[in-house]
Amino acid sequence: MSTPLIEVRNIGKTYGNVIALRDVSTEVRAGEVTCVLGDNGAGKSTLIKILAGVHQHDQGEFLFEGKPVRFSSPREALDAGIATVYQDLAVVPLMSVWRNFFLGAEPKKFGFMLDGRKGRETTKRALAEMGIDLRDVEQPVGTLSGGERQCVAIARAVHFGAKVLILDEPTAALGVKQAGVVLRYVAQARDRGLGVVLITHNPHHAYPVGDRFLLLKRGAPLGNYTKAEITLAELTRQMAGGAELEALEHELRGVQTS
Amino acid sequence: MTTPTSGSGQESDRATTSTKDERVASVSLTNRLIVRPEIGAALGALVVFLFFSVITEQFLTLSGVATWLDDASTLGIMAIAVALLMIGGEFDLSAGVMTASTALVTALLATQAGLNVWLALLLSLVFALAVGGFNGWLVMRTGLPSFIVTLGTFLALQGLNLGVTRLVTGTVQVSGMRATEGYESAGMLFASTFSIGGQPFRVSVLWWILLTVIAAFVLVKTRFGNWIFAVGGAPTSARAVGVPLVRTKILLFMTTAFAGWVVGSINILRFASVQANQGIGLELQFIIAAVVGGCLLTGGFGSAVGAAIGALIFGMARQGIVYAQWNSDWFMLFLGIMLLSAVLVNNALRRRAERVRR
Ligand SMILES: Nc1ncnc2c1ncn2[C@@H]1O[C@H](COP(=O)(O)OP(=O)(O)OP(=O)(O)O)[C@@H](O)[C@H]1O
Ligand SMILES: [Mg+2]
Repeated sequence: MSTPLIEVRNIGKTYGNVIALRDVSTEVRAGEVTCVLGDNGAGKSTLIKILAGVHQHDQGEFLFEGKPVRFSSPREALDAGIATVYQDLAVVPLMSVWRNFFLGAEPKKFGFMLDGRKGRETTKRALAEMGIDLRDVEQPVGTLSGGERQCVAIARAVHFGAKVLILDEPTAALGVKQAGVVLRYVAQARDRGLGVVLITHNPHHAYPVGDRFLLLKRGAPLGNYTKAEITLAELTRQMAGGAELEALEHELRGVQTS
Repeated sequence: MTTPTSGSGQESDRATTSTKDERVASVSLTNRLIVRPEIGAALGALVVFLFFSVITEQFLTLSGVATWLDDASTLGIMAIAVALLMIGGEFDLSAGVMTASTALVTALLATQAGLNVWLALLLSLVFALAVGGFNGWLVMRTGLPSFIVTLGTFLALQGLNLGVTRLVTGTVQVSGMRATEGYESAGMLFASTFSIGGQPFRVSVLWWILLTVIAAFVLVKTRFGNWIFAVGGAPTSARAVGVPLVRTKILLFMTTAFAGWVVGSINILRFASVQANQGIGLELQFIIAAVVGGCLLTGGFGSAVGAAIGALIFGMARQGIVYAQWNSDWFMLFLGIMLLSAVLVNNALRRRAERVRR
């Protein structure tokens, strides 16, 4: 088997005396989606912030393309090819789609001018290649739906040559249909050979696109499965904490009958 | 868990199914208007122009036009710079008093220190850029609202203008520029006139047009312009994708200071004297002109051409009211109504553009 794009081995992170993450191991392979699932406060964001260069791990190993790394800034991770899309971050709502697409990496003409035509055409083409069909790349990003905005951000990461795409809860604020659209583009990015890290607390979003599932609970790994090793029902049960879910169901029945 | 989807279902349908042409027709007009913030100001300017053309005799004569263009020009030079800064998400309350400070520095250096006017102008420019840079640096460094920081600079400059002038000249004005070396040649650049149809027009009008063209070009046609919109619209997002936030904002503060220097130079070379308390209160007029021209108070949206038109409305109304022989009190009423309607229109536009659908 080839070397994974990202491999973490027994990685850990503490904030002061809070142990946010410990002994977590997983991998991200080109053309695969690694899903990170867990409840609020499970350490999902902490893990991806390490991968994205926002924080540094203080235990274990972080290998990128087989070599141990420690990114000291998001810029460094980005330059290495790890792009992160946060919900609602990295778009400027009042700016047009194409200006957002190229923000910080504008196409230049004569050294200082903005090449608007190239910007618009490239944006249109890059979005079309991802199967995203926008009316007009000149419209403000704020007029797009939440799902469409996620898609623009994903397409941007793909266009600028990311090898790994990290998505922090891209479907959290979306309705069912919109979440479906975003997940389709996640699959698109995967099919184009990117390694994708998808953070979610919804197993129904994770299971259809995921190849590997890392379950976290209170900072510790609850399980690390390939798709062949686990069913959706089992994933859901594990996430809810098995017995805890049954207790919850019991409680909810109590609410209904009273 | 299903989120209630009022409308969002159609949204995703629209993203997936592709009946392209129908959709373009239904949305493009409003979206085109959204990206044109100066539309409202242009309509307003047309109304004001027609109104005073009809009710007064002098408004549409060559000398009338020269008068209101002159009035609008120095205001306009400031308004476009202030507009760039506002689009970048900041205010500069020291901009008005800066027009006096730069004039005073030039005048004191030329009349008291005996420097050549050109050299005095150069040093005055350095002074302006330093103050602008300081404003920007302090805002970025402290993270305080620019409103407060530049209010401080405004007060400090006001005090310096009066204090230093009184200390050096014993009065609250500096005069005697006419006798200085280089006054004539510098005056050619900043305070001469050119003639159209036998009517002299102020060269400040040319400065105004030139700077508007440059500002509009920078804003929509350069990377720096892209960054101005970005740092005003969503600073954290802009920084996350690698836009140099601090540099962009500091340069914008230096731009308003530069505009203050241009206007200060125009004033000192034209009137040959300057009052130490000049310029106070103008900063609000600049902001009003920029807002009337389509700038949002919250940043991230606006236009340089719009701000220039905002200044034009100002000039036309101020002089039109004189020609109509009304009391100048009415100008304030007019200003208030115009500002309120502009803010309402801008706000509605922003809502449309920023409407966040999930
Ligand atoms: N900067 C920080 N300083 C101190 N503690 C932190 C910090 N960031 C996170 N934590 C703690 O670390 C733990 C894991 O947080 P993390 O944000 O990784 O959870 P998460 O799985 O992303 O949760 P959510 O689903 O709510 O986003 C939490 O207990 C949190 O309080
Ligand atoms: Mg989180």
